[in-house]
Amino acid sequence: METIKINIDNKIVEVEKGTTILQAAKKFGIHIPTLCHLHLHDLNIENKPAGCRICVVEVAGRKNLAPACVTECMDGMVVNTHNIRVLNARKTVLELILSDHPTDCLICSKNGNCELQSMAQEFGVREIHFEGEKSTYREDTSPAIIRDVDKCIMCRRCEMMCNEVQTVGVLSAVNRGFMSVVAPAFEMNLDHSVCTYCGQCVAVCPTGALTEVDHTNAVIRALADPDKTVIVQTAPAVRAALGEEFGLEPGTLVTGKMAAALRRLGFNYVFDTDFAADLTIMEEGTELLDRLNRHLNGDKSVALPILTSCCPGWVNFFEHQFPEMRDIPSTARSPQQMFGAIAKTYFAEKLNVKRENLVVVSVMPCLAKKFECQRDEFKTNGNPDVDYSISTRELAHLIKQLNISFNELPEEDFDHPLGESTGAAVIFGTTGGVIEAAVRTAYEVQTGKKLQKIDFEELRGMEFIREATIDFDGLPIRIGIAHGLGNARKLLEDIKAGKSEFHAIEIMACPGGCIGGGGQPLHHGDSSIIKARQKAIYAEDASKTIRKSHENPYIIQLYKEFLGKPCGELSHHLLHTHYFDKSKEISVVE
Amino acid sequence: MAKYKMHLLVCGGTACHASESERLLDTLKTIIADKGLDSEVQVIATGCFGFCEKGPIVKVMPDNTFYTQVTPDDAREIIEEHIIKGRKVNRLLYLNPESKEHVSDSKHMGFYKKQLRIALRNCGFIDPENIDEYISRDGYEALAKCLTEMTPQQVIELMKKSGLRGRGGGGFPTGLKWEITSKSVSDIKYVVCNADEGDPGAFMDRSILEGDPHSVIEAMAICGYCIGASNGLVYIRAEYPLAIDRLKIAIKQAREYGLLGNGILGTGFNFDIELRYGAGAFVCGEETALIHSMEGKRGEPTMKPPFPSVSGYFEKPTNVNNVETFANVPVIINKGAEWYSAIGSEKSKGTKVFALAGKINNVGLIEVPMGTTLREVIYEIGGGIRNGKKFKAVQTGGPSGGCLTEKHLDTPIDYDNLIASGSMMGSGGMIVMDEDDCMVSVAKFYLEFTVEESCGKCTPCRIGNKRLHEILDKLTKGNGTMEDIDRLKNLSKVIKDTALCGLGQTSPNPVLSTIDNFLDEYVEHVTEKKCRAGQCKALMQYTIIPDNCVGCTACARNCPVNAISGERKGIHTINQEVCIKCGACLEKCKFNAVVIK
Repeated sequence: METIKINIDNKIVEVEKGTTILQAAKKFGIHIPTLCHLHLHDLNIENKPAGCRICVVEVAGRKNLAPACVTECMDGMVVNTHNIRVLNARKTVLELILSDHPTDCLICSKNGNCELQSMAQEFGVREIHFEGEKSTYREDTSPAIIRDVDKCIMCRRCEMMCNEVQTVGVLSAVNRGFMSVVAPAFEMNLDHSVCTYCGQCVAVCPTGALTEVDHTNAVIRALADPDKTVIVQTAPAVRAALGEEFGLEPGTLVTGKMAAALRRLGFNYVFDTDFAADLTIMEEGTELLDRLNRHLNGDKSVALPILTSCCPGWVNFFEHQFPEMRDIPSTARSPQQMFGAIAKTYFAEKLNVKRENLVVVSVMPCLAKKFECQRDEFKTNGNPDVDYSISTRELAHLIKQLNISFNELPEEDFDHPLGESTGAAVIFGTTGGVIEAAVRTAYEVQTGKKLQKIDFEELRGMEFIREATIDFDGLPIRIGIAHGLGNARKLLEDIKAGKSEFHAIEIMACPGGCIGGGGQPLHHGDSSIIKARQKAIYAEDASKTIRKSHENPYIIQLYKEFLGKPCGELSHHLLHTHYFDKSKEISVVE
Repeated sequence: MAKYKMHLLVCGGTACHASESERLLDTLKTIIADKGLDSEVQVIATGCFGFCEKGPIVKVMPDNTFYTQVTPDDAREIIEEHIIKGRKVNRLLYLNPESKEHVSDSKHMGFYKKQLRIALRNCGFIDPENIDEYISRDGYEALAKCLTEMTPQQVIELMKKSGLRGRGGGGFPTGLKWEITSKSVSDIKYVVCNADEGDPGAFMDRSILEGDPHSVIEAMAICGYCIGASNGLVYIRAEYPLAIDRLKIAIKQAREYGLLGNGILGTGFNFDIELRYGAGAFVCGEETALIHSMEGKRGEPTMKPPFPSVSGYFEKPTNVNNVETFANVPVIINKGAEWYSAIGSEKSKGTKVFALAGKINNVGLIEVPMGTTLREVIYEIGGGIRNGKKFKAVQTGGPSGGCLTEKHLDTPIDYDNLIASGSMMGSGGMIVMDEDDCMVSVAKFYLEFTVEESCGKCTPCRIGNKRLHEILDKLTKGNGTMEDIDRLKNLSKVIKDTALCGLGQTSPNPVLSTIDNFLDEYVEHVTEKKCRAGQCKALMQYTIIPDNCVGCTACARNCPVNAISGERKGIHTINQEVCIKCGACLEKCKFNAVVIK
């Protein structure tokens, strides 16, 4: 590798050719502030429009200041990152941004978690010298995401996520000059667009321009209602990230503290979505084997590969963009919805509570779950199987609001019967986890043999598209994995073109899977956080005594007492769904 | 051209077109036909002559008679007197403002005397819709010479030696750009002609495309030969329908003649041209924004490097040159690098076309050698300031250029001198201002344009220019403070220092150059709440001098808001709170009693 020498703040340093000034500075302990720039190294995602101009530095011999994020180091370059010219320019640029920003920080949902706010703090801005007109736009509320566009600073991170990573193509810059802003085409509302509610735009927004629809108050009201029995389910990825909101190291597992906190919040029963993940494996695994065996026996009416269906962002994606292929994904509902359906039938009966008086709350790393639980097909007489879906961030707010000292809580267990789960269910939280869980069960069911090795390392990792062949006792099963909808699109197009040779494919809308979901604590561009969560998920799996879904005793009991058999009559009604062609559901006018 | 005895060249440029030159053309043709002269006299619509102030223009060849401000009603007289009887129509000839004598030949007119027309060489001489006329004036000879006698490297060397620099405003050496693109390795490369002329008032590119489209086509093919490209694209504003039409006709004719397409002139060289239409965004004249727009993306600039020469249209090496730059190329090839580099100043070779406008007698399109002084352009070519007023400033370089003053009048115009004086070449806009122009308002006017045309991508341009405009607005309304002037200066410097593309980096120029050269006017707006040019309405006050008022009541009767009171034959007064400063009283007073303070 060719190296070059540059002088940065009077220090001669050696860097690889092609290194940007920003990277070089970072390497040698110089923190150049950035706003629009975002680099998720571990996911190979980068946004560098060089638009905010906060990271400008002085390069000797150049007429203008240079943005450090995109300016490559040249041999002999002399860079100054903090002289008076640079500091004045940076502060002026920041003041300009603030001059067109609502300064309602105290009541902003991003208060304390806003990159613009932190920067104003770091720069010591005490006065904005440029008062003037502020650009104002209509607020847009959808079932999952709120766009408070007045707070958009045109960093374009959301646009990059929506277009390049997810290939959904909803968000892009519209208008020109002072009125330019990132919005759906024709400034339509999100719910009139093909938005999947994956929430990756929210996950990267540095300000309060993109946030989740907040259901915490609704949950507090439900908890306070003496006529209601309120139960909660928590998704696998939440326990690997919630601790970050309380200052714990990324990757700290807080399963026990979380259960304790939920109990103190007043939930009557603290359950686990993991239980429903095990149930999903029973249903989806059975469907997989059924389709596989029929296919192997020459039934041409069976479509393969089978695609997972637990990710609601992904479901929205194919309903909008690949409706003609909607018979390929599994019909199994997502764990959130399986949980709701079982809770409001099986469990409600057990408690002898009417479904109207049973409130099911889910805690999810995801924003699309808010939309999913509002789907009509998941309601009985207008009453939803899951009443409220809140994000990991919202749960943290609830805990703080109700005076619970999270870090001092004891470790507690989930309640029975919907709180028991296996290691297979935990790994649903990361890319590759659902399919690994399915393989663990499908292998044993198909071959009738015990797995020698439960860990399928070949299915793990962060590569966007992965493939592996698993030997089902002489039968090679080809597995595909994609996370990020842009990568899912590639696999779908292969299937469409008849080029796919997979038997089963796992798809997660968010990069990293649910651990990188749109409802998780904000990573602020540090992708090592997502990796740490993944590590925690696999650690939790390894610590479990039962690691295969079909061995979960409460699942066995559920089938015995209530459901009968996987993919049976009752399962069909409660645990499976159907998909819609939504390609024409986009209205052009409001 | 040989078979006709006489030619009537009628300007078909946009300005003359707007003054009924098309009806004039038809009338001339009809009368010629009626008189049975159509086999001897040919009437041709040409491109722009440049002297738009005096349009429509009719030139009679071969005697070079230059008729100005010709109306369709004059057609019969020109034909009956000049064509048939050989007597020039004196009243239609240009009147020398100094000697008050009629001038027949444009060569002897002040407007043309100092001009040297290279890029505009064919505008006004040929029918742009007839390829034969272009060919008859050495057209496509340069392309033939390149393809059959020279290697691409030799052509590039010649271009480098000529010293031609980009005429779109950047001033980058053209030969060097071609060389860099030629060295980029790729299966596909592109030649792009930037015809997204956006400076308000500038129309040189449009005139060239309307008057001499083949010169651009020929040059693009030569460029394609040099860099190894067989695809050419012209990015042209959709608001230029005439230029688009003529370009389309020219491309079609060139294809028919085998001058575009496969195996040009029997060689193995293939090259063809397509058009891409712009929607009128100023920033799309910036080459990276232009390329994004052509790709169907939002017209926004991106950081360079990578330069388009390395990674441009769909990431392929792309050579972008402006229309005027291309128009120079065939002449340089034909006459040689030494000939061309002998024209102009040390670092700026050749000529430059300027769109001369504002408070000047001869408004129009001119082409002068680099190094000509502003004084020569304004006073000799431009004929001086209109209505005998005093020269105040000249704004060069389009909306992001600067205002130069009296002290810069003897500066030779070239890329480097203009930048050193705080302005720039830009695409060649030149707007002359007189004592009635308020320099704060001028800066505000240009900022209004850049605010409107900012793409919104980078903070300094999106918000900074808006704030500059707001502060200037505050000053013109009499609400400014001295701190505001400092704020303008600091903000302008930061915008120049930090903006992403050329638009943002230059947009504060009008502010900085007017503060530099007319600080006293800014200060007056703040401390005395006074606009000496009388343009800032909020700062004006109409008053009546009691000694001069005779009580005729004319002012009071004409005041639309009844702000003036007074008895007949008594002294009148204006109620300042009611007055809307329309100026009706000043206009009606015959006794010089109403004055502006």
